Amino acid sequence: MILFESVSKKFGSTIALDDVSLEIKQGEFVFIVGPSGAGKSTLLRILTREIVPSSGRVKVGEMDLTKIKDKNVPHLRRKIGVVFQDFKLLDDRTVFEQVALTLEVLGKTDEEIGKQVEHILKLVEIWGRRNLFPRQLSGGEAQRTAIARAVVGKPDILLADEPTGDLDLKTAWGVIQLLNEINSWGTTIVMATHNQEIVNTLKRRVIVLKRGKIASDSKVGKYTIH
Amino acid sequence: MNRSLTFTKRNIRRTPMQAIAASMVMFLTFLALLIFILVAAGSQASLKYFESKPQVIAFFKEGTTDADVSAIENALSQESRVTKTKFVSKEEALKIYREKNKNDPALLELVTASILPASLEISTKDPKDLQPIAEILKKEPAVSEVIVPEDVVQTLTSVTSIIRIVGSMIVGFLMIFATLVVVMIIGFKIRLKRNEIEIMRLLGASPAFIRNPFLLEGIFYGVAGAFSAWAVTYLLLWYFTPFLQGYLGEVKLLPVNPLFMLAILICALLAACIIGGLGSFSAVRRYLKI
Repeated sequence: MILFESVSKKFGSTIALDDVSLEIKQGEFVFIVGPSGAGKSTLLRILTREIVPSSGRVKVGEMDLTKIKDKNVPHLRRKIGVVFQDFKLLDDRTVFEQVALTLEVLGKTDEEIGKQVEHILKLVEIWGRRNLFPRQLSGGEAQRTAIARAVVGKPDILLADEPTGDLDLKTAWGVIQLLNEINSWGTTIVMATHNQEIVNTLKRRVIVLKRGKIASDSKVGKYTIH
Repeated sequence: MNRSLTFTKRNIRRTPMQAIAASMVMFLTFLALLIFILVAAGSQASLKYFESKPQVIAFFKEGTTDADVSAIENALSQESRVTKTKFVSKEEALKIYREKNKNDPALLELVTASILPASLEISTKDPKDLQPIAEILKKEPAVSEVIVPEDVVQTLTSVTSIIRIVGSMIVGFLMIFATLVVVMIIGFKIRLKRNEIEIMRLLGASPAFIRNPFLLEGIFYGVAGAFSAWAVTYLLLWYFTPFLQGYLGEVKLLPVNPLFMLAILICALLAACIIGGLGSFSAVRRYLKI
């Protein structure tokens, strides 16, 4: 599903990723952990082709991201949903409109959009908040909206960059349960996080990055801060 | 395309002040353009009218016979520069005089056919042939006076050419200004929507999906401005038609042909699409990095 082969990324003289090789299979739930500046976000941004590696090869499904043409990048991104720590919701759109945007991009009809948005908003339990704007939502509701937007198009992969970073523990657990459920549908989840408790409780695969290198990669990982 | 139109409508609805400002600038540009076109077309038509009118008028002395007139007409018919000659008898001259002054009985009372001279109206192919023809006529013993309304044509020619030059400069300037305003407003909107654009990119939106609403928005401002300017111009022209008809006298330009106005509308809308499209395209190229 996802393949990194000796991937390095430099920003000027700064090495963000250094000879990283890893493979993530379809349906896996993988935590990418490590201190700030370890290269977690760089790894995720390479997967969405926001940045291109300086060397090495990255594959998502059959697509080689180091060779993919610009015109095919939108097709890649339609297979990948993204969730951010700061939610990145649009101030002037309601919850319903935020989620509908994904389906509009995919070229769905208004009827399909109506049905699918209703379905996903009920699933993430914010259907009752569908006419509210981001400023009227709690942190948890905002993140659920962002997750709904990311998964309503049924992507193969969901990338979550510190999705619980701005949330209190109880709300964070609600979001994690939601991600767990999405994973149970067969969606591959790659989540960058600092949250030791969540990582250690969930007992999923953990890849630890340190200074751009893979420090450890364990099937049922533990995350200990040294 | 439907989705692009929906996004365009939403963009315009959510920033009404910018939409009004952009449409107003377009309106002023097209108002100037349409007024210029109408004035230029009017002066051109007037010029043609005066050029086609009998340009040299030779008045005959009292007692001139038909044979004298025929001799002069025959001589002129040999001239390749002359396109048409028309003899106006004393009675016809009186008829024309009465028609022109029908609203002023005082001017009609004392005038009879006997005091009006017969005349010969001569049209030439080119206004510059007027003077040589006039010189020939002046040498005829039966001719008492020759009038050459050359000055009218010359004045009209220079006025038309000034209108064209000054009008083109003003309209050219306004078109550049309007294009830059569209560039500025669309550029501003692109920066305002950078979060939305970034999210759409991450959701897999194609460049055209992101770009088209901005392009359509620029075209909309152009079309809205051009159409309203055309409507206002037509309304003003219709309102002032009676006044202008009196002013123009025998030059029959008004009421303006609706087909001519329709053609102007089509041209204005095409120009609007080009200006709006060009402005928004420049803004998209300059500010939208997809």
